[in-house]
Amino acid sequence: MVVTGLGVLAPNGHGLAAFEEALRRGTSGLRFVPRLAELGFGCRVGGIPADVEAIQRAYLSQEELLAMNPNMIYAAIAAIDAWTDAGLARIPADADPDAATGAVLGTGIGGIDTIAEKLAPRTDAGKVSRLGSTMVEQIMSSGNSARVAGLLGLGNQVTTNSSACNTGTEAVVDAFFRVREGRAERMLAGGSEGHSHYIWAGFDAMKVLNRTRNEEPERASRPMSASAAGFIPGSGAGVLLLESLESARARGARIWAEVLGGHVNCGGHRQGGSMTAPNPTAVRRCVRAALDLAGVDGREIGLINGHLTATFADPHEVESWRAALGVAPGELPPIQSTKSLIGHALGAAGGIECVATVLQLARGFVHGSANCEDLHPALEPFAGSVVHETREAPGLRLAAKASFGFGDVNGCVVFARYQE
Amino acid sequence: MSKDEVFEKVLAIIKPFAKAPEALASAGMETSILKDLKVNSARLVDVVLEIEDAFGIEVKDEDADKVKTIGDAVTLILAAKG
Repeated sequence: MVVTGLGVLAPNGHGLAAFEEALRRGTSGLRFVPRLAELGFGCRVGGIPADVEAIQRAYLSQEELLAMNPNMIYAAIAAIDAWTDAGLARIPADADPDAATGAVLGTGIGGIDTIAEKLAPRTDAGKVSRLGSTMVEQIMSSGNSARVAGLLGLGNQVTTNSSACNTGTEAVVDAFFRVREGRAERMLAGGSEGHSHYIWAGFDAMKVLNRTRNEEPERASRPMSASAAGFIPGSGAGVLLLESLESARARGARIWAEVLGGHVNCGGHRQGGSMTAPNPTAVRRCVRAALDLAGVDGREIGLINGHLTATFADPHEVESWRAALGVAPGELPPIQSTKSLIGHALGAAGGIECVATVLQLARGFVHGSANCEDLHPALEPFAGSVVHETREAPGLRLAAKASFGFGDVNGCVVFARYQE
Repeated sequence: MSKDEVFEKVLAIIKPFAKAPEALASAGMETSILKDLKVNSARLVDVVLEIEDAFGIEVKDEDADKVKTIGDAVTLILAAKG
């Protein structure tokens, strides 16, 4: 199974060239968000893709945009990019759908901005007849994948998964198994999340967002640091096209990477896990199951793209990686947090970060994790593994990407550099 | 408001919903909103809401259901405006 297409719309870059450049340079996509300040949020920093108003007009018609919120628009842009990157042509409107291709495109929160801005106020005012026809398709959980199916003409399974912050990675694992079972030749996989104070308010209320760095947005996302004080909310979309090797070879597709294995599980809110905290035993079980399926020994992994959000859980996560890979602290592979540059894009995080992982494998580099110069004291034994500065890594062969989400859910994917 | 003025205004309202915007250039009173302009049938609800706002009229559901062509919409609007 291989990856033949990548699409990304991230707070620090749209498109593979811009995103790779941003990762290499350590360009932050985090900005002060005035609306959050007006509304009295504790955290007033967020990650929002730039210039989407202009970008979207190149991808979507006026008629299509009338019924799309940011979550759907982001998914559409990244999915179309992945499709085009894979060298595939869009199915004409009067042709049959592509029965061999489907999509698992997740979202964590979905269209609650549409609910809050339009559906609830008009309904409460007794103006149901003024809602128009576009509410359902924007607020149904599957709104993002449903729109992409129509834009591209997908005829295999098209669905939206949702497992909080594990969503994007889970989508890749689900798509991997569908292609592996032979039920599809190709699957688009990833996640999208819109940006809205309504999406972010609940997290601010929980005090899990960093409210201590509003004056220095680019330094506000601090995974693995001693000064980590919560995550910075982000948004965007990341989509991969997974394809059977046979199909990719038959059509002469360019291959980005190989997907060797993946796994998802849940900690059941036991053994230290809860709705909001991961059960470390289950995290380790998940990573090990992904490695086992991949047929890879933990010591062979050359890069860890962690979940690493900048909450209290970062040191626990790193220790779980160590235990799952079966290495001593000083032997942990290089570990990084893409969220240090783009914030936590919730349901889109896994998709965007899988794109980042595949890009690094294919291009042979490892991006620096920003804002952890003051490494968390509990991570001192791992100090040699934390990547601070971007470096070339031509020998990088295997990378593991994991995500963890509210609900005590976990996902892990093992990617390999493709070799003929 | 003349029939021509109403026609032009209706065309402008439908334009964003048309999936075949090229058909707008040659549209006439007989042009089918769904078949010729390829407006998604679900979007007729939105077209009617915009007509109500633009012309300050109220369109009953049973009257809205009868609108197939641009001419049907123009006739309905002129009748409502008296």
